[in-house]
Amino acid sequence: MGREVSESCVDSLLTEIVSTYNNRFYANKPELAARRIEAIGYQVGHQLSERYTMERPRFSDHLEAIKFICKDFWSELFKKQIDNLKTNHRGTFVLQDNRFRWLSRISTDPSVENTESQDPSAAAESKASLATMHVYFPCGIIRGALSNLGIPCAVSADISNLPACSFVVRIKA
Amino acid sequence: MAPVGPRSGDAIFANVERVNAELFTLTYGATVRQLLTDLEEVEEVNKQLDQMGYNIGIRLIDEFLAKSNVTRCVDFRETAEVIAKVGFKMFLGVTATVSNWDADGTCCSIILEDNPLVDFVELPDTCQGLYYCNILSGVIRGALEMVSMKTEVTWIRDVLRGDDAYELQVKLLKQVPEEYPYKDDE
Repeated sequence: MGREVSESCVDSLLTEIVSTYNNRFYANKPELAARRIEAIGYQVGHQLSERYTMERPRFSDHLEAIKFICKDFWSELFKKQIDNLKTNHRGTFVLQDNRFRWLSRISTDPSVENTESQDPSAAAESKASLATMHVYFPCGIIRGALSNLGIPCAVSADISNLPACSFVVRIKA
Repeated sequence: MAPVGPRSGDAIFANVERVNAELFTLTYGATVRQLLTDLEEVEEVNKQLDQMGYNIGIRLIDEFLAKSNVTRCVDFRETAEVIAKVGFKMFLGVTATVSNWDADGTCCSIILEDNPLVDFVELPDTCQGLYYCNILSGVIRGALEMVSMKTEVTWIRDVLRGDDAYELQVKLLKQVPEEYPYKDDE
């Protein structure tokens, strides 16, 4: 096991990144904030993926690379593997983490359906958007990691079932 | 010898949830890089890092107090030791040392030789003037403010700028009279 720090270091830093970009820099432009947060995640994913695959042969296909993300990569980051992997065999993969660490602290509001639903209550909306902002970072990590493995893709997240989080990876042809 | 009651930094660190430091180091690095891209001015980035640190510090102090069982420090000397030996250890997994006290006991240096924030980091020439670890100064300032101490925290030495260690000067400006919501019954 390499060097460790307390989990609260990472949690605090992530919360502060989201707060800085979403509340301070781009207070009324969540899309711009989201892009920056995702970009930070992309950097991290790219570099981590490089480190963790340095001594391995290249992956033989996309599925092998995705499985690496689900198992070894996710374990390094979250000390657990992805719980469920689905694919349509046409370039879309859904990686489900049943208890996503970074979202487990955001309290769940039963009236929040998914990231796209309109909710009349401002509180519910802000909870949803807070959770949404937090998932841009791990989406970026996955996108960056796969990009390092030569797999360009788009990654989004479905948080309609907190604390579970499903990452949807769409591989670009 | 540590008094009975407060837990050692090692003991606390062994009991908290820990994660891969690389994730932390790389996330911090990517954040600094993104800030440099978005803000362009190194001085602005220094300020933002300090602000972020401050925001983290004002919350982190709660976890620190809860987990360390540290009772109110008798004086600023004790405060500094606790930051160096318990604070740094329980969060970053490293200990710092305290030195360079002034005659009043209100100003000292906290010296960090091992710093997880900077593993594998090299600053390009375009970052002259950047205090890469400036988040740390904000964290200390924010945390201390929550326990009624107004401080000024500045960098004296920075390895990424060519020095041999990280040295933060912590200067106690004002000890605000305490207004705890629950007074101790003495």
